[in-house]
Amino acid sequence: MGWALALHGGAGDIPLSLPPERREPREAALRHCLQVGVAALKAKRSPLDVVELVVRELENNPHFNAGRGSVLTTKGTVEMEACIMDDTKRCGAVSGLSTVVNAISLARLVMEKTPHIYLAFDGAEAFAKEQGVETVDSSNFITPENIERLKQAKEANRVQIDYTQPIQKEPTADGDSQIGTVGCVAVDGKGNLATATSTGGLVNKMVGRIGDTPVIGAGTYANSYCAVSATGKGESIIRATVARDVAALMEYKGLSLKEAAAYVIEECAPKGTCGLVAVSATGEVTMPFNTTGMFRAAATEDGYCEIAIWPPSA
Amino acid sequence: MGGWSIAVHGGAGVDPNLPLQRQEAAKQLLTRCLNLGISALRSSLSAIDVVEHVVRELETDPLFNSGRGAALTEKGTVEMEASIMDGPKRRCGAVSGLTTVKNPISLARLVMDKSPHSYLAFSGAEEFAKQQGVELVDNDYFITEENLGMLKLAKEANTIMFDYRIPLIGLETCGAGAAMESPIQMNGLPISVYAPETVGCVVVDSQGRCAAATSTGGLMNKMSGRIGDSPLIGSGTYACDLCAVSCTGEGEAIIRGTLARDVAAVMEYKGLQLQEAVDYVIKHRLDDGKAGMIAVSNKGEVAYGFNCVGMFRGCATEDGFMEVGIWE
Repeated sequence: MGWALALHGGAGDIPLSLPPERREPREAALRHCLQVGVAALKAKRSPLDVVELVVRELENNPHFNAGRGSVLTTKGTVEMEACIMDDTKRCGAVSGLSTVVNAISLARLVMEKTPHIYLAFDGAEAFAKEQGVETVDSSNFITPENIERLKQAKEANRVQIDYTQPIQKEPTADGDSQIGTVGCVAVDGKGNLATATSTGGLVNKMVGRIGDTPVIGAGTYANSYCAVSATGKGESIIRATVARDVAALMEYKGLSLKEAAAYVIEECAPKGTCGLVAVSATGEVTMPFNTTGMFRAAATEDGYCEIAIWPPSA
Repeated sequence: MGGWSIAVHGGAGVDPNLPLQRQEAAKQLLTRCLNLGISALRSSLSAIDVVEHVVRELETDPLFNSGRGAALTEKGTVEMEASIMDGPKRRCGAVSGLTTVKNPISLARLVMDKSPHSYLAFSGAEEFAKQQGVELVDNDYFITEENLGMLKLAKEANTIMFDYRIPLIGLETCGAGAAMESPIQMNGLPISVYAPETVGCVVVDSQGRCAAATSTGGLMNKMSGRIGDSPLIGSGTYACDLCAVSCTGEGEAIIRGTLARDVAAVMEYKGLQLQEAVDYVIKHRLDDGKAGMIAVSNKGEVAYGFNCVGMFRGCATEDGFMEVGIWE
């Protein structure tokens, strides 16, 4: 039983034909973030520190839908949200951020510096100022890619979860191409667990729309059994209380981490809507998804290491 | 078993010294809301319509902490939140940060039925409300004298008040971290008497469909922007094929315990019956937190539980059972 780490950069309709110039920077980022996380675990940083650190890296990378690179609301603005939780069930969440460089760090401050769990919009921004966290003009989060995605989504007049194909593609049955969110889960050799998730949400979302990421038990959850971070179609993840259910199946039905996570992905969330990364208190790791792909990476103390996008070949 | 059932609540954690007059007023309101729900059920309204209908009534009455009479933020304003969930397909809708919407639960329903999303908050939610043409009022409408007084006292004591208080006469105190050494008084009565409460309703209709709805102003003296358990699916509100649950109490404890979802989860995954599930969750999922809940099952059962002193509640079933209560 040693440490384990897993992280994701979003699950969705990632086409197998993804061109190298879009695939390689993301793979490189996953590799880099994995290294950052592994180094921190080896240096005996707490899982809570590790997940925050890794998610900050992912937020700073413009290729993922969090922090810089967040997808845009229907008004062309950015509204970011994030959530962090550890095995003691302490947690913090934020929504509606538009100037905070690292939403996950603000979520941690909510957890540690307020009597509350969840702060949003103006109140969260005011708290950020009080805490002196790094803020920038909102335009800094907006990338040309996302301006284009919004334009395409408006033309197709649909709300889509991040990763878009150009609109020549036939829409899937429910009309959404789905990806979004970044997250990280970690366990140390002593069973301490933590999870962190961060996102810009859905392309073309209504202003004020909150997804699964900051809803404890939906996109993010940890307790003494496991730590989970989910990604995909927020509305489906909320209704299926995905992250909580993985832990609940372990606790109430005695399933293993892999079995519990597989069950939730296969049976509880409609196909094409969901992926997750999870680690258990005993050092197991799992990264199931029911979408075309999920940007992901994982490593364990005994030497296992994986960086991938699509399912392993059958 | 079978047949419809309904339960309502006006909050968990009640001052044991609550004057009889206020106890009576609360019971009358609960009875009235229960009867409203019962009429609706007898007219074959579906569970989702009944819970909305009943919670609207609770929001409109200033007695409990939701809509008019809602707790105030540190700024003296009202920020209301609510959520609703329909068991059969687990459709849900939630809102937070409302300042002008007269009936937050109805906006939550519109989010569920008329938007592509599940949860809208703050100015985006208010904008949606305008688009939908729901009834809007000035923020002042929601603010009561009593709550202004309570906010002032809470600030003086420099404390955030959970949506219930019990007096400090005994060793028991609720409200982790907000215990005070000397009881605060307002108009000659301990402030706990005025503690506003969250409201909720759960229903199973005669076709076995379950639904839940919860609405609140949150914590007195809360930070502006603070979101509690009431709008969070799985925490304050949950409904599925098996059951429907609405919680009340210390929001942060309810969130950590994902209380509403856990009732359904232990039924689903451990095979517990409704009351066993409620008892289990209250006992094992709250740690130091204080909370209560009401629940119904698809078999027509109704149950409630709480681990603090009192919960304003009422329940009724099709076979004629009816009960309104405050204490154990």
